[in-house]
Amino acid sequence: MKAAVLVFPGSNREGDVAQAIELVTGQRPAMVWHGDGDFEKVDLIVVPGGFSYGDYLRCGAMAALSPVMAEVKKRAAQGVPVLGICNGFQIVTEAGLLPGTLMRNSHLKFVCADVHLKVETSQSLFTNRYQAGQVIRVPVAHAEGNYFADADTMKRLEDRGQIAFRYCSPEGVVDGPQGMASNPNGSSSNIAGVFNETKTVLGLMPHPENAVEPMFGGTDGKGLFEGLVEALS
Amino acid sequence: MKARVHVTLKNGVLDPQGKAIGHSLNRLGFPEVGDVRQGKFIELELAETDKDKARARLDEMCKKLLANTVIENYSIELI
Repeated sequence: MKAAVLVFPGSNREGDVAQAIELVTGQRPAMVWHGDGDFEKVDLIVVPGGFSYGDYLRCGAMAALSPVMAEVKKRAAQGVPVLGICNGFQIVTEAGLLPGTLMRNSHLKFVCADVHLKVETSQSLFTNRYQAGQVIRVPVAHAEGNYFADADTMKRLEDRGQIAFRYCSPEGVVDGPQGMASNPNGSSSNIAGVFNETKTVLGLMPHPENAVEPMFGGTDGKGLFEGLVEALS
Repeated sequence: MKARVHVTLKNGVLDPQGKAIGHSLNRLGFPEVGDVRQGKFIELELAETDKDKARARLDEMCKKLLANTVIENYSIELI
């Protein structure tokens, strides 16, 4: 599986995700600068976390209009899988590749913690290594992770099974967001990650790339990358 | 020509920042403050003299970049 990791001014997790991909594929991904309108053919495009363009105007708004994203949109339309993590999730929603948007955390604080996620489906390129209903533990680090979409969009996401991950308790109970028990940011229906209609684009706030080695507190995120390798190699 | 664009959250979209501002004002001795909504104000200098044309271009700018129409409304003022 050959992957490309996009790099914007202000990205800061591109190295982490590149390392996670190298760990499972043995192959270093191509690092693609935001100003590049074209790049080599790849099996997977990753939009990493960070603070692209200093989060000016809105998180991800500027990056979504960069030359490289025009190319990403073209390739996504052709079915090339796209994974947006954290700021990458914000960028792909701003680019219109995923519905909804990420708003300021409802408690207004930056949250940096391990969270538990319920895997909603195993039927996707990204989640085939997990079981539906499985609980995984991965970190989050963001101030704008509060997923919001209008009522019609929310219903469509639920009906079409486009919700990939939800925040939950360690036992797998999806509680909140009112109580905020397991929901770190107030997101609608505890959404942590969503797919596009064809499930070839995934955006999520948590960082699976930071849960791939036991030395760093867990390996629950590794399955996502292993699943992609299995599906795309 | 100068243009002023106001970007505000749509009705029904929770505004935690506005709420926090409201709480702070109440605490500072302004109990008359009720609901607070926070938005953005953007001032632009335009090389255009035709108001209709300017408005159409600004509309495009708002849709493409200045506002996220999933959660935000915008209004345009020409001076």
